[in-house]
Amino acid sequence: MNQTISANKSNNIYFERFDSFSRFLHVLVIVSFLLLALTGMTIKFSGSPIFQTISKILGGYEVTSVIHRFAAIITGVYFGLHIWYLLNKLKTGKLSLKELLSGENSLVPNKRDFTDFYKTVKWFLGLGPRPDYGRWTYWEKFDYFAVFWGVAVIGSSGMLLWFPEFFTNLGLPGWTINVAAIIHSDEALLATGFIFTVHFFNTHFRPEKFPMDTVIFTGTISLEELKEERPRQYEYLLKNNELENYLTKTPSTKAIKAWKVFGFTALSIGIILVLLIIYTLIFL
Amino acid sequence: MKGVLSYLIFFFLTLNLTGQVSHICLDCHGDKELHILEDGKYLSLYVNENKYALSVHAKLDCNECHKNYDPFNLPHITKEEKTEITCIECHEQESSEIASHSPEKVKCYDCHSKHYTQQGETLLFEEQKFCISCHDNSSARNYIKSIHYLPAGENEKPVKCLDCHDQKAHRVTPARFTEEKLHAVCAQCHETIVGQYELSLHGKALAQGKFLAPNCITCHNKHKIISHRNPAANTFKMNIPNLCGKCHKEGTKVSELKVISQRNVLANYSQSIHGEGLFKRGLIVTAVCNDCHKSHNILPHQDPKSSINRNNIAKTCQQCHAQIEKVHVKVIEGQLWEKEPHKIPACVDCHQPHKVRRVVYEEIFTDDYCMACHQDKTLQYERNGEQKSLFVDLVEFKNSVHKENTCIKCHSNINISNLPVCKDSGPVDCSACHAEVVEIYKTSTHGKLVADADPNAPYCNDCHGTHNALSKKNVNSKTFRTNIPTLCADCHREGEEAAERYEGKEHNIIKNYTMSVHGKGLLKSGLVVTATCVDCHTTHGELPASDPRSTVYSDNIPKTCATCHLGIYEEFKRSIHSPLVSKTEEELPTCYDCHRSHNIKRVDETDFRQNIIDRCGRCHEDVTETYFESFHGKVSKLGETKVAKCYDCHGSHNILPAENPESMISAANVVETCAKCHDGSNERFAGYITHANHYDKEKYPYLYYTFLFMTILLVGTFAFFWLHTLLWLPRALIDKKMIFRKKQKNKDDESNN
Repeated sequence: MNQTISANKSNNIYFERFDSFSRFLHVLVIVSFLLLALTGMTIKFSGSPIFQTISKILGGYEVTSVIHRFAAIITGVYFGLHIWYLLNKLKTGKLSLKELLSGENSLVPNKRDFTDFYKTVKWFLGLGPRPDYGRWTYWEKFDYFAVFWGVAVIGSSGMLLWFPEFFTNLGLPGWTINVAAIIHSDEALLATGFIFTVHFFNTHFRPEKFPMDTVIFTGTISLEELKEERPRQYEYLLKNNELENYLTKTPSTKAIKAWKVFGFTALSIGIILVLLIIYTLIFL
Repeated sequence: MKGVLSYLIFFFLTLNLTGQVSHICLDCHGDKELHILEDGKYLSLYVNENKYALSVHAKLDCNECHKNYDPFNLPHITKEEKTEITCIECHEQESSEIASHSPEKVKCYDCHSKHYTQQGETLLFEEQKFCISCHDNSSARNYIKSIHYLPAGENEKPVKCLDCHDQKAHRVTPARFTEEKLHAVCAQCHETIVGQYELSLHGKALAQGKFLAPNCITCHNKHKIISHRNPAANTFKMNIPNLCGKCHKEGTKVSELKVISQRNVLANYSQSIHGEGLFKRGLIVTAVCNDCHKSHNILPHQDPKSSINRNNIAKTCQQCHAQIEKVHVKVIEGQLWEKEPHKIPACVDCHQPHKVRRVVYEEIFTDDYCMACHQDKTLQYERNGEQKSLFVDLVEFKNSVHKENTCIKCHSNINISNLPVCKDSGPVDCSACHAEVVEIYKTSTHGKLVADADPNAPYCNDCHGTHNALSKKNVNSKTFRTNIPTLCADCHREGEEAAERYEGKEHNIIKNYTMSVHGKGLLKSGLVVTATCVDCHTTHGELPASDPRSTVYSDNIPKTCATCHLGIYEEFKRSIHSPLVSKTEEELPTCYDCHRSHNIKRVDETDFRQNIIDRCGRCHEDVTETYFESFHGKVSKLGETKVAKCYDCHGSHNILPAENPESMISAANVVETCAKCHDGSNERFAGYITHANHYDKEKYPYLYYTFLFMTILLVGTFAFFWLHTLLWLPRALIDKKMIFRKKQKNKDDESNN
């Protein structure tokens, strides 16, 4: 009886995983990324009638080029905001540099991630139990840095493609535009392919979460879920008596519904886009 | 002393040349004053001793002729004894042949003189007037005025009496030449002309013994034969109508006996432009009878050799009217008149003979004459089993471009012996006036089809109409520029006969043309200077594009387009695509290859800008592929027209390889070329590799390794994470099932509890 009550209790007790600012940034990421991917792919696969149609729906190249650049600016903005966010945390003392770079809450990969990966493979193959993941799993860390890498690479090559006259005038040789085009294009394919398959599966489509994990929108998961998913984080929080700080109200069903509509839309766009890309790559 | 010397000379001379008797005679007869009166007439008895000494009889004594003369008594001989001195004793042979000049009429000495006797040849041929000394009549006096007496040319010998009147004076016969003999006499010198005469109408009549037939002297006189240049001559130009008129004017025996189609010849002539010129204006360059009918070889008009035969008329008239084709519309260089006279009306068909003044065709075959039948709307005839109307709408005709013409000018092939005269006259041959055009037409596909009697073949009237033919400048004309596409469409529209038999690649030509820049210009903007069918295919010499002579044959297309787009042609000529620049076996593109033909578009239209890549790509496949790999190409595929197409960088008609300094993509010009779209274009910017190929390791190592790195990164990342996911999925499903079962079990336990 006590067990069930506690279980119910923990089911109704919610834990704040993402603060509102990070959630807001992710919404920006979703919106800008989808826009960039859609408009960018129409050019990358301009030979495909499907993408030609998409381009037309979006208003043709003259419109999509503006959308793409607008979304690029959003990307720059969220990238900047996130850096500002981190710097602000450091500045206000909410976060020490040590905590940022190492420790249970750090996103910087460490030795533990490699053992986690090893254990995970074993778990996949049925050779061991599910590893007790902490706040950030190794694939989540990869996702995080992939964005850093992606924004840097796509962003810089994109800037060169956006202002080739300016950059060549500064001294870059003409062929760098060609190099930038290859990098921009292939990195974009990597990013979209990765996000719409790997990221989508890892976060949303894996059976535990299927069809969608709304945590990035609501920012909260049930305590029960935290216990099961990230036992190490739970234990760490208990040990340090910090759990209380993160407990929060149950999100309203209305909000969840709204976020689900938004989330499913984004997921659908991503899935459709990746299917079209695969189809185009294979058949055209 | 002087007297003695002269006496001695005289003595010896006389002693040597004359006998003793003569010397005695001359004592008295050497006196110039010596004379007698006989029958009241003063008769000189003087004998010029010197002249006598020069005569053929110089060696004869006086008494050898004056026989029985007694020199010492007076008179030397009695009247009874006196006999006439005849020459027969010595000149017997000749005297026996004397004819006209018989001794009764003419004494020997009448010609040869008494004492100064000379050889006949010397006498007669030295002195032209010799005969006249006796024959001092009008004939003889006329002879002196004639061209035979005083030849016109310096080298011509005068014709003497005996040249015509036998060769020997002693055989001279009466001057009445027979007709036969007369011509033989004239033919001695005038062989050709007499020959012509003998074959002529006049000569033949003479040979047939027709008494009115003229001979040489009818026109040229007997003795008063004067040059036709001499105004006094019968044959002088001014006098010719009179001369001919003697026989040929109304009322003469000839005119009554001989029935010819021409009436009042002389009267009409004098009223005609030729006659008026001669009589009123005194123009001796005007035509008189013999200018047309010839002088000696006058032949009837039925004779093919006759100067007035229908086929020779033009030649005859052109003796004077040499440049007539210049004023008669395009009967090319007079050739048709001379070479194919049957094709066109003869001069006289319009300009009646003798009445020559203006075109008087109407007077023979008037339009009214034709319209008497052809105004009947029901008039029909059968051809190839089809009934064809022969009705002529005169109102329509009077509005046509040919309104000034009479029926017969076009329907020239009528025959007066047919009934009606126009029977079987066949289709109108427009080449009579439009020879140049018809010659071209004959070489065209249309013309050849006509020659092959193809039922679909278009003839002149299919495009130009018949009696309703209008000038191409007339807006209502079928051949007015804006109407040409419709006209050609009659046969060339899809489904019509010409389109059906066509085997080439161009289809829907009329529809396409209507939508093309030319068609829109013509039909929508009403620009009559825009190209219509005939501007490219020519009006009359259309040939299929496969024919090297065709204006639309690939090699000829640039020049055809250059008739309007000359400026572009000048640029194109210098471009790499021009055969003048590129000496290559490969086929070079012409205007058509980029612009197409019937569906030619405005170059700023979306379609054109998009399609040009395909056009260039047909030959430049590799660069087109790399173009499509570039940003320009990729965006272009999205239908964006503003982005650079081939010709934006390479130029269109002035396209040149990059090595050429004048090329738009040469090192000198490329920055500026990029700057057309890219403000701030610079040398390094222009170094962008427009046709890059990241698979080409040798040429573009940077790109190759960049691409290689990116590919490895991509494949590596996906390989890792997709495998990761692939392993995760079944495990997660198993786990979920277990959790579900566990939960289910818990629930069951709970409910059991």
